[in-house]
Amino acid sequence: MKSFRRILSFVSPYRKEAIISMALLLGVVAADLAIPRLTQRVIDEGIQNHDLHTILTTSLLMLGAAILSAGFSVGNTVFSVRVAQGTGADLRSTIVRKIQTFSFGNLDHIQTGQLMVRTTSDVNQVQTIVQMSLRILTRAPLWMIGSIVMLILTSWQLALLMLALTPLIWGLIWVIGAKAQPIFLAVQKKLDKLNQVLQENLAGVRVVKAFVRSEHENTRFDGVNITLMNENIRVMQLLALLIPTMMFLVNIGIVGVVWLGGNMVIQGDLTVGELVASINYLSYSLFPMLMLGGMVGPLSAADASSARIYEVLDSAADVQDRSQTRTLDGVKGRVAFENVYFSYNHASGEPVLRDINLVAEPGQTVAILGATGSGKSSLVKLIPRYYDVEKGCVTLDGIDVRDLPLALLRAQTGIALQETVLFSGTIRDNIRYGRPDAPDEEVISAAQTAQAHDFIMSFPNKYDTVLGQRGVNLSGGQKQRLAIARAVLIRPKILILDDSTSAVDVETEVLIETALDKLMTESTTFVIAQRISTVLNADKIVVLDRGQIAAEGTHTELMTSSPIYQEIYDSQLGGDGGGRDD
Amino acid sequence: MTNQATVKPSRQPTPQADTGMPGPGGRGTRARIERASDVRGTLRRLLATLLPYRWSFISVFLFVTISTLLSLLTPYLIGVAIDKSIATHNLTGLLNIALIMLAAFIGVWLAQSAQGLVMARISQRAMRDLRRKLFEHLQTLSISFFDRHPHGELMSRLTNDMDAINRVLSQNVTDLFGGVLTLVGILVMMFAINFWLALGSMIIFPFMLWLVGFVGKRTRQSFRKYQQDIGKLNGKLEEMISGQRVIIAFSQETTALADFDVANEQVRKVGIKAQTYALLIPPLMGILSNVNIAILAGLGGWMVLQGLATIGTIVTFYTYSRRFAAPLRQLGNLYNQIQSALAGAERIFEIIDVVPELADQPDAIALDDVLGKVVFENVNFGYYPDVTVIKDMNLTAQPGETIALVGPTGAGKTTMINLLTRFYDVDDGAISIDGHNIRQVQKASLRRQLGIVLQDTFLFSESVMENIRYGRLDASDEECITAAKLADADPFISRLPQGYDTQLSERGSNLSQGQRQLLAVARAILSDPDILILDEATSSVDTRTEVRIQAALSRLMEGRTSFVIAHRLSTIRGADKLLVIDDGRIIERGTHDELLAQGGFYHKLYMSQFKGQSRVTP
Repeated sequence: MKSFRRILSFVSPYRKEAIISMALLLGVVAADLAIPRLTQRVIDEGIQNHDLHTILTTSLLMLGAAILSAGFSVGNTVFSVRVAQGTGADLRSTIVRKIQTFSFGNLDHIQTGQLMVRTTSDVNQVQTIVQMSLRILTRAPLWMIGSIVMLILTSWQLALLMLALTPLIWGLIWVIGAKAQPIFLAVQKKLDKLNQVLQENLAGVRVVKAFVRSEHENTRFDGVNITLMNENIRVMQLLALLIPTMMFLVNIGIVGVVWLGGNMVIQGDLTVGELVASINYLSYSLFPMLMLGGMVGPLSAADASSARIYEVLDSAADVQDRSQTRTLDGVKGRVAFENVYFSYNHASGEPVLRDINLVAEPGQTVAILGATGSGKSSLVKLIPRYYDVEKGCVTLDGIDVRDLPLALLRAQTGIALQETVLFSGTIRDNIRYGRPDAPDEEVISAAQTAQAHDFIMSFPNKYDTVLGQRGVNLSGGQKQRLAIARAVLIRPKILILDDSTSAVDVETEVLIETALDKLMTESTTFVIAQRISTVLNADKIVVLDRGQIAAEGTHTELMTSSPIYQEIYDSQLGGDGGGRDD
Repeated sequence: MTNQATVKPSRQPTPQADTGMPGPGGRGTRARIERASDVRGTLRRLLATLLPYRWSFISVFLFVTISTLLSLLTPYLIGVAIDKSIATHNLTGLLNIALIMLAAFIGVWLAQSAQGLVMARISQRAMRDLRRKLFEHLQTLSISFFDRHPHGELMSRLTNDMDAINRVLSQNVTDLFGGVLTLVGILVMMFAINFWLALGSMIIFPFMLWLVGFVGKRTRQSFRKYQQDIGKLNGKLEEMISGQRVIIAFSQETTALADFDVANEQVRKVGIKAQTYALLIPPLMGILSNVNIAILAGLGGWMVLQGLATIGTIVTFYTYSRRFAAPLRQLGNLYNQIQSALAGAERIFEIIDVVPELADQPDAIALDDVLGKVVFENVNFGYYPDVTVIKDMNLTAQPGETIALVGPTGAGKTTMINLLTRFYDVDDGAISIDGHNIRQVQKASLRRQLGIVLQDTFLFSESVMENIRYGRLDASDEECITAAKLADADPFISRLPQGYDTQLSERGSNLSQGQRQLLAVARAILSDPDILILDEATSSVDTRTEVRIQAALSRLMEGRTSFVIAHRLSTIRGADKLLVIDDGRIIERGTHDELLAQGGFYHKLYMSQFKGQSRVTP
C-alpha cells in the first residue's frame, strides 16, 4: 500500500472538501446507529407497556433519523465526488506535465501504450478508490466503533462475544489481502503481456501474414492467455472465500447472541428489546467489514496503479534546463561539437559517438554520411538537446547548449525526423504545427519548398484535407515531404533533415534541395543522407564510421582524400563505367 | 509529380458513429454506457460462451439458490425464537433454533464459497475461450480489415470490452440472479408471515422506484456525456503521447498542455455531475430501508398492541427490510454494467462475424516447391472502387529472374507486391505462379513460397535471435547467425550489450532504422524462399553496407525469382529486367543499359542523381 499512500498527497488540495465529507459521515453513522436503539424503545417501552404514544413518537423519531441519515449521505456524496474528480484531473495533469518534460531518452524507455494506460485507466483506478475511501473506508471504522460502543451500552456480556470475533475477522481480511496483492500484480503483468502480443500482432500483421505465422502467433497468444486465466482464477477464488467466511463468522456471533441473549432474557437479565438491538448492532458491525472485504481487490489494484503512475512521475527528465541559463540575442547559427562523447546507455556497450569535433559556420550546409548505426542520427539529436552529451560539449554561437534555455534552443531548430509523425487534423494544421499563427502564403511556400504543394493540390480538399491517425492515408514519401515543410515553416536558424527524403524519389529530392538552397541561405543546415546525390552540394561532408569522424571535407576533397567516401560513391554512382556487379 | 490517390475522403477517420460496425476512431471514443442494438441476440451469444461449462454453471445457480433461501430463513428463525422460545421460557426450543440457525449459516457459507470457486473457474475459462476465439479470428482477417480499423480501436475492444464482459460473467450474472431471488423471496416471506404488515412496509416502495428511475435517467444522460468527454480526452492524450517527439522538436509543449487542460477540466466538471447523480442512488435506497423500519416500528407496534402481530414478526420484518434495499441498489448498478458489457460484447462479436475477404476457395490447391514463373495478366486494382492504382498490368518473370521495379513514390510498386502476396485480391485480370492462378491457391502455401522484406520493417519485442528465427521457426542458433552474417547484421549485433540475446524494445526502437532493416533481411534470408521480394529493403542502410548485403543477396537470388523495389538505383541496376512504373502502368522495360540507351524516363531518373554533381565537380 506504499504507493497508494504516496498518491494520497494528491488529495490534499481538496482537504477541506474531504474533511467536510468525512464529518458528514459522522452524522450518517450516528443517525444509522440510533435506529436499533429506537427500535429497542419501541419494543421495551412501547409494546411491553402497551404505550401507543411511545410507539408512535419513537417511530416518528426513527423517520427523522432516516431522513437525516439520507441527507448527510447526499452531502457526503456531493463533497466526496468533488474530491475524487479533482484528484483524478490533477493526477492526469501532473502525469501529462511530467511527460512534457521528458526528453527522447525517457521516451526510449517507456512504451507509448504504457504511458497511455497510466494516464487513463491507472488514474481512473486511483480516482475510484479515493471516491470509495471517502464514502466507505472512513465510514467502516466509525460504524464499527459506534456499533461496538452501542453494543456495550446495550449488553456488555453480548459485546464480549463480538469483541472475541472481531480480531478473527480482521485477521482474515489481512491475510487474504496480503495473499491477494502479489497475485493482483501478477495478473496485471500478464495482462500487459497479453496486450503487448496483441499490439504486436496488429502492428506487425503484414509480417505475420507474409511469413505465414498465424499458428505460431496463436500459440504465443494462447500461452499468455492461459497463464492470465490461471492467475485470474487464483485471485478470484481467494477473494471468493473472503466474503462468505466473514459473513459466516459474524453469523456465528448472531447465533451466539440469540442463544446467550435468549437465555439472559429468560433469566430476566436482558429485555427483548435489548436482545433485538444487540442482534442488529452485530449485523451492523458486519456491514463495514463486508465493505472492507469488498475493497481488498480495488485497493490492491489501486496500489498497483499508483506504483505505475509513480514510475512515470519519479523518472527524472534526462534533459532539463540548468538552474542558471544564459540568453542569446540574435542567434547566428554557428554550431560546434567539441570532443563530444555520447552513449544511450551509460552502463553498457561502447559509446555511440566518440571524440567528435565539428564546426558548422552560420548558413553552411553540413552533410553527414556513414554506415548504418554509425551515429548519424545521434549526432544531430545532440544539437537541440534531445539527448545530452556524455563528455565534451555542443555549442551554439560559442555557448554550451546546456547553458541555454531549452525553449530558446529548440525554437531555433527545425527538424524533420527520420520517422515521420503527423497529427490528425488538416494538412494545413500539420504544416503549421511549429508556428500555429503562420499565414497561408507561408504555409504554401513551405509546402512548395518541400515539393509537397502539387500533391496537396491534387486532393479534393487541398490544404484542408483531413489526415487520419498518424497520417495513414499518405504514402511514405508524401509524409516525409510534409515533415520537411513543417520544419521549414518555422524558419529555423538550424535546420536538421534526418534522412528525411529516404522515401522520396531522386528527382524530387533534387528539387527539394535546390529549393532549400534558395530559401534557407540564413540557416545552418545538417543533412543526413544515404545517397551521394543528396550531399553533393554540401559545404562540408562528414563521414562517420562507428561513432567517429572518419573524414571531413567537400565532395571534391573527399573524392581524393577519403577511401570510405570513394567506396560510398562507387557503390552508388561509380559502377556506371565498369563492373556493375559488385 | 505524379501520385496515385492513396488519399480518399472515404478513408479518413470520421468522428465515430455511435453504434454499428466499428467506424474508425480513437481508443475509447465511444460512450461506454450504450446499449447493444440487439440485446437479446448478444446476450444469447454471450451466455453461449458459457455453454461448454453449462453443468458447472447450473451448479452455480443451484448454490446461489441454496444460499439465498437459507439466508432468508434465518430472520424468520430469530422471530420464532423470540415468540416461541424466549417468550415461553423454553430453553430446549431456543437451543434447537440456535442449532438450526447454525446449520443454515454453515449451509450458506458452503454454498457461497462453492459458488465463488466454481464461478471463478468457469468465467475465466469462458473469457479465455472468447479471447482466443477473437485472436484466432483476427489472424484470418485480410490486410484491408486492418487498414480500415485503427489499432487503438481494436486494442480497446480486446481490453476494455473484454473487461466489461469479464465483470458480467464473473460477477453480475450471479448477482442478478441472487438479487432477484432475494427480492422475490423477501416479498413472499413477508406476505406469508403477516399480510397487512407486509403491505404497510411496501407503501414507500413505489415512490422509491419512481425516485430511483428519475435519478437513474439523469445519471445515464450525464454519464453518456461524461464518457464522450473522456473519449475526447483519451483521443487527445493518445495523440500527444505518440507524437511526443514532435512536440519536443517543435517546442509545442505549452500549446499541447493548454489543449489538454481544456479537455481535462471538461471531464472534471462533467464527471462531478455524473458521479454525483450516480452516487445519489445508495442514500436513496438507504432511506427506503430506514423509513420502512420506522413504519414497521409504528405500524408494527400498534398491530402488536391490537394482537395483530407479534414482536418476533416485527424483528423478522426489520431484518427483511434492511436486506431489501441491497439487491435493489445493486440492480440499478447491474443494469448499467450489463448494458455496457452487452454493448462491448456486441462489438467483439462484430469482429468475430467479419468474414475474411480473402478466404481460400474450397478447392484451392497447395503450392509446393515452385519454379517461380510469375505472370501478371491484365491486372487492374484499386484500394477503393473508383480509384484504380494498377492499370492493365502485364508482366512475366521467368524462373530465376530478378525483376526490379522503379518509379516515383506512389506509382504502385508496393501495391504490386501486395497483390502478389495476396494481401489484397486483384479486381480484374489474374496473377499466376507456375501457371496456377494465385486465387486458386491456398494463401498459406502461397506465402510459404515467398520471402518478403517489407518497406515498413516490423520487429517483435523479443531477442534479436528470436526475431531472426521468425523467418524459419525450426532454425538453429547457428543458422540464424549465418543468416545475420549474410545480411551483414552480425557486426552490429555483436556490439549490442547482450549480443544475439539483446531484447528489442517496442517495435525494435532501440535499433537504428538501418539496423532494423538488416535484421529483416536476415529473417528473409533464413526463410529460404522460392521467390524473394525486397520492397525498399535497404532504403535506410548506407550504400557501403548495402554493397556487402547485395553480394549475399545476389547469391540468394541466384536461381530464385526475385522482385526488388528501390529508389536507390544502385540497388537495382544489376537486375535482369527493370520495369519503370508510373501511375500504375509499366512505361519502360529492359535492362539497365537498354533503358539508359532509350533515353526515356529511366534515363532522366538516373541522370538526376548527377544533377547536383555537375555543379560541384568541375
